Amino acid sequence: PHAGPVETKNEAAMSELVPEPRQKPVVPMKPTGINASLLGYIGIDTIIEQMRKKTMKTGFDFNIMVVGQSGLGKSTLVNTLFKSQVSRKSSGWNREEKIPKTVEIKAIGHVIEEGGVKMKLTVIDTPGFGDQINNENCWEPIEKYINEQYEKFLKEEVNIARKKRIPDTRVHCCLYFISPTGHSLRPLDLEFMKHLSKVVNIIPVIAKADTMTLEEKTEFKQRVRKELEVNGIEFYPQKEFDEDLEDKTENDKIRQESMPFAVVGSDKEYQVNGKRVLGRKTPWGIIEVENLNHCEFALLRDFVIRTHLQDLKEVTHNIHYETYRAKRLNDNGGLPPMTVETEENHESNL
Amino acid sequence: QQPAQFTNPETPGYVGFANLPNQVHRKSVKKGFEFTLMVVGESGLGKSTLINSLFLTDLYPERIIPGAADKIERTVQIEASTVEIEERGVKLRLTVVDTPGYGDAINCRDCFKTIISYIDEQFERYLHDESGLNRRHIVDNRVHCCFYFISPFGHGLKPLDVEFMKAIHNKVNIVPVIAKADTLSLKERERLKKRILDEIEEHGIKIYHLPDAESDEDEDFKEQTRLLKASIPFCVVGSNQLIEAKGKKVRGRLYPWGVVEVENPEHNDFLKLRTMLITHMQDLQEVTQDLHYENFRSERLKRGSRLKIEDEEVNKDQILLEKEAEVR
Repeated sequence: PHAGPVETKNEAAMSELVPEPRQKPVVPMKPTGINASLLGYIGIDTIIEQMRKKTMKTGFDFNIMVVGQSGLGKSTLVNTLFKSQVSRKSSGWNREEKIPKTVEIKAIGHVIEEGGVKMKLTVIDTPGFGDQINNENCWEPIEKYINEQYEKFLKEEVNIARKKRIPDTRVHCCLYFISPTGHSLRPLDLEFMKHLSKVVNIIPVIAKADTMTLEEKTEFKQRVRKELEVNGIEFYPQKEFDEDLEDKTENDKIRQESMPFAVVGSDKEYQVNGKRVLGRKTPWGIIEVENLNHCEFALLRDFVIRTHLQDLKEVTHNIHYETYRAKRLNDNGGLPPMTVETEENHESNL
Repeated sequence: QQPAQFTNPETPGYVGFANLPNQVHRKSVKKGFEFTLMVVGESGLGKSTLINSLFLTDLYPERIIPGAADKIERTVQIEASTVEIEERGVKLRLTVVDTPGYGDAINCRDCFKTIISYIDEQFERYLHDESGLNRRHIVDNRVHCCFYFISPFGHGLKPLDVEFMKAIHNKVNIVPVIAKADTLSLKERERLKKRILDEIEEHGIKIYHLPDAESDEDEDFKEQTRLLKASIPFCVVGSNQLIEAKGKKVRGRLYPWGVVEVENPEHNDFLKLRTMLITHMQDLQEVTQDLHYENFRSERLKRGSRLKIEDEEVNKDQILLEKEAEVR
């Protein structure tokens, strides 16, 4: 007997096995029930519909981290992105709170629902980053946190009796806030992104972009892009993970023209031209957050949420997590992980 | 929390993550699906014809049917054929695992050993791949569903049927199918179905259970699910011949007394079987992953033996250390 599935009986037979393109039914409609008898239509495409229904029912996790000096509008931006009070500043933050002496990691979870889809959103804030006099290695607690989530996932995955849906606390997306100096990136920015772009998806954003004119913005973006390239920093969407030509074309445009997104955040509404818009009111005018002529917030939102949400999760799972796992296995002597079950606890040989 | 229920992008308050299912959809269409279906049953029950009918293809173009004398010495073979089917841009890579020789021998006692080994091997291979370093391109060859063909000529399950199903019901989703249903009248079919269901329960055989429709599904879907559940085991007729009937060309079998139409729900359960398979393809995969595979995996890991590693990654010192640990 054959040891495993024989993919082809022989090369010639394989091509015979691929059927000729079937004529599509004249009236393209799904079989509405058991009694529909369209000759020549099987219904494989309905599987996609099943998956869509399933995704809607099970809901999904999304974990987004924000990193940057205090005062760059991180919390406000996250609130704006999700149109909800989801940041740390919305859950009992004291305005008088001092800047912490070390980098703290604060994760806050919310369940939000839209169009029947439930999302368990976790916002991970990193107060204290870049705020000290000596900021050496201030990215270490952040890298540690990210790796701890990978470790948690790995431990559950190698369990003998493992959960059907492993809770996913891994960071899917890290928004890095660049200060709108108009000059260039700061050394801390480079160091952080160099270290962390290897373990997590980094999306650099230029914060408080309403302090720059259009020309200043364009120039600054170009300079930042150049600096990132020169320093070999691969931000999301990484070139090497483009799956096909379609992705590459779409992502090239984003990488070379749109990013880093110059954003403005706000959770206050104002009346402009008869509509209620999110914005910032100044004596010289109202900055409309969702107006593409004013800032690129809408681009960031569409990018992260409406088009690349699933991809962010997949790259985290298939690339970053796998890299971590491979390293762990290698450190473990190349042995596949095994768990020895003792009375109550699981000891693993990791 | 504000449970925002906005669906209109123009509505203020619309974030847009309701678009996630579309993103998943797009990725799934690109990736396509893999599905492995095993067919088991005595020779001559119409398995190959049925598979060809189900997927509107010819999986066995150069088939030679052996005579009885050839069958005497034959042991059960495992033959897997893969075909790629595309419909409306969705690709399905279907592998059909055939088991010729099953039930043919005079003494069938070892009949199912080969089949069980095959199923276990796929689990073992997947477990090995899953535990490896490079997991980017794991191929899932695990058997997601097994159509078990029951002969319409008997009075229910045969001892071989019972023994086989009990041996694999914890390893694979079993869908029992009554073959060549056109040899039975409608009343005979009902009687046989009931008999088989009773015997399945009596022997504690676990067949694949269709999940109930969820409460928020539409009435049509709920009704369809009820109907499917009530029709198990399916009585099917397969054919790849087009016959002229009532002015149309239909897939069927031409008898002097009439035409049996494959896709006529009043003639047989073929469409039900196909509908069930397609609408539950994902569930079949999930049950295989979450139940059968996990069972295999936990048993395997509990046994504590080293996973089979074919390559020379593990050096002898490590093997020695492990053996010592085992002995201790």
